[in-house]
Amino acid sequence: MSAILPPSERLWWKHPLDRVEGTWIAIAFVWCMVMFFMMVGWHIYGKQNLSTETYRTTPEQFAAKAQAMVDKYTVRTETDQKIPVVHPPEGSDVYLIARLWSWWPILELEKDKTYRLHLTAMDYNHGFSLQPTNINIQVVPGFEHVVKITPNQSGQFSVVCNEYCGINHATMVGRLYVK
Amino acid sequence: MSSTVTYRTCPRSGLQFEGQAEKLMIANAVVAVVFLLVGGLLAVGVVLTRWPAVHWLAADTFYQVLTAHGIDMLIFWIIFFEVAVLYFCSSTLLRCRIATPNVAWLAFALMLIGAVTNNVAVFQGGSSVMMTSYVPMMAAPHFYLGLILFAVGALVACFVFFGTLVIAKRDKTYQGSVPLVTFGAITAAIIAVFTIASGAIILIPTFLMSVGIVKEVNALVYRTVWWAFGHSSQQINVAAHISIWYAVAAIAFGAKPMSERVSRGAFLLYILFLQLASAHHLLADPGVSTAWKVVNTSYFMYFAVLASMIHGLTIPGAIEVAQRKKGFNKGLFEWLRKAPWGNPVFSGMFISLIGFGFLGGISGVMMGTEQLNMIIHNTIYVPGHFHATVVVGTTLSFMALTYFLIPVLFRREMINPGLAKLQPYLFGLSMYFFCLVMMGAGTLGVSRRNWDMAMVGAVLPYEWPGAAYLMMGLVGIAGVAAMVGGAIYIYVTVGSLLWGKKLDSGAVSPRFTPIPATPAGAVVQNYGSAGFAAPGTFALAMVFLSAFVLYYFINWKYLSQVWGLS
Repeated sequence: MSAILPPSERLWWKHPLDRVEGTWIAIAFVWCMVMFFMMVGWHIYGKQNLSTETYRTTPEQFAAKAQAMVDKYTVRTETDQKIPVVHPPEGSDVYLIARLWSWWPILELEKDKTYRLHLTAMDYNHGFSLQPTNINIQVVPGFEHVVKITPNQSGQFSVVCNEYCGINHATMVGRLYVK
Repeated sequence: MSSTVTYRTCPRSGLQFEGQAEKLMIANAVVAVVFLLVGGLLAVGVVLTRWPAVHWLAADTFYQVLTAHGIDMLIFWIIFFEVAVLYFCSSTLLRCRIATPNVAWLAFALMLIGAVTNNVAVFQGGSSVMMTSYVPMMAAPHFYLGLILFAVGALVACFVFFGTLVIAKRDKTYQGSVPLVTFGAITAAIIAVFTIASGAIILIPTFLMSVGIVKEVNALVYRTVWWAFGHSSQQINVAAHISIWYAVAAIAFGAKPMSERVSRGAFLLYILFLQLASAHHLLADPGVSTAWKVVNTSYFMYFAVLASMIHGLTIPGAIEVAQRKKGFNKGLFEWLRKAPWGNPVFSGMFISLIGFGFLGGISGVMMGTEQLNMIIHNTIYVPGHFHATVVVGTTLSFMALTYFLIPVLFRREMINPGLAKLQPYLFGLSMYFFCLVMMGAGTLGVSRRNWDMAMVGAVLPYEWPGAAYLMMGLVGIAGVAAMVGGAIYIYVTVGSLLWGKKLDSGAVSPRFTPIPATPAGAVVQNYGSAGFAAPGTFALAMVFLSAFVLYYFINWKYLSQVWGLS
């Protein structure tokens, strides 16, 4: 009789579908396919797809590459801590270090130009959260993630850490400029 | 094995409880409620700290409290209650004795020891690693050990459940197939076995790492396997609370599933595809291929979403058909207007169903869409979503079921039925609002698991927009209202157990009474309109679909405006 009793018909799988169920299943199925092919289609036609280019790395290797970039392209420093502001050329490899509890260095990019942004975490997991644009990428230690980015707005942006990384997690904020 | 097996038939519900199974259900449910109470007290700390104007706790206490809140609620409260539900769906619904009661007690003891050990580790400090405990951030060894013991206990409980099904089959306590609700519980238990095994696979090496035997657990492998545990445990909940919805529809209305084939088919889709969703957590990760992400995050091709959309129609549909048969047949919605809104068993279940679908379901699909995830990942949108699924969905369903179980299982008259009547509305609707404003804040980028959105002490602080502060303030207010609702539940439940009038247990017999074969009724469908048995439900489903489609494309529009990424 009911859902808490065994089905009254022994051959319940032969019970015909009600029209309301059949119609809804058909509609829901079509919608599921739309969603699936939307996701696939965006890889072909969309402009926001997360790259999967990844390399194994160590903190030493990554720090050396970031330091080389900083040595070459620093244009000025900011704050008392003299954080370098790096202005790398279009299309170049740009390195951003996530560590307890800062993003290093400050990047200065140009609008509508594409860069290869390399991300890794030196210690724990961190989260790259670009604000106020709101792009969020997980940063995992031991893995160097290369993401091609093309800023479409100019101004000052912040990189907020949005993966819990210990007691001073809430102060882990970096900066990024787009000219 | 226990020598005295007795059965009592509840005079209020007609359900038959076996003595040992009943004690086990009571023990598991009571411990569950205790963890809900602990988790609820911890929620006070979380909410009052994230409310920017209050910002109550210090950073270290906040992260500690947040870790404990997550684990106590998402794991201990829910899984203890689910074990009780599994025993109910096997032993009680099938009217048989429980398999190996002593082993079931061992499972209970392991779970309890594990849960307490883990809580001790967190409250000692030094294990504020959040529920996810991502390596290489390490907790104390007994943090992992507690979780492992709990997981082993829960796994044993699942096998007691499977064993009980075998006993029912062997003793021929029922004819034909198991009830739909039991079938849903089987789905939950199968998912649970997969889930718990994944948890063991990753937590055991992490435990060994914490004591220095294993040198390193790969951070990405940890995330991948941990989520096969962390996300899948929420899939147990989905299967469990949907079974409860079917059960409540049957209890409150005598509703018959519209079609056993469709509902069971939908549960089967869960068994096949629901687990793939742990990929949702890895969409913004390095080192995972696009094809892997797309196939898994979409539950192959959204087949588990299809299943949920089916349940979302068939449960209210079954209620509509039952109500129309009773004569509430006017217009599209008389069946719904004349539903027993004053009965917290029904109102809790219905508020849960609507909130789970509209808030939890739709937002879950957004986050689970590979590209859309980039504008949501690790923002407070994520807890907004999962409070809609596990609090509005699972917890509120469990609360609704409790109101049914107080007289039936615990044999007590409910104290203060007036408060109980109000509780699902206060708790459910304030949680709706809580989830909505959290998702609003997340859309503005606000991070989850963050002690201080003002970023005091940061070298290069970011100023969140005023709207984000407003949203987080509303999260605080809604959270306080929801906690009052939670407190009423605890008061009514615990109060009824302690001070409620004892009710008659019903006749006790040493033998079970098999479930009588139900006469096959002729399939006549005289109700509804245009050949639709449940036109009102169908109209509601179309409202749901419109909201879903609209919100889905709004998010794509939003995504299309952010920086180019390739």
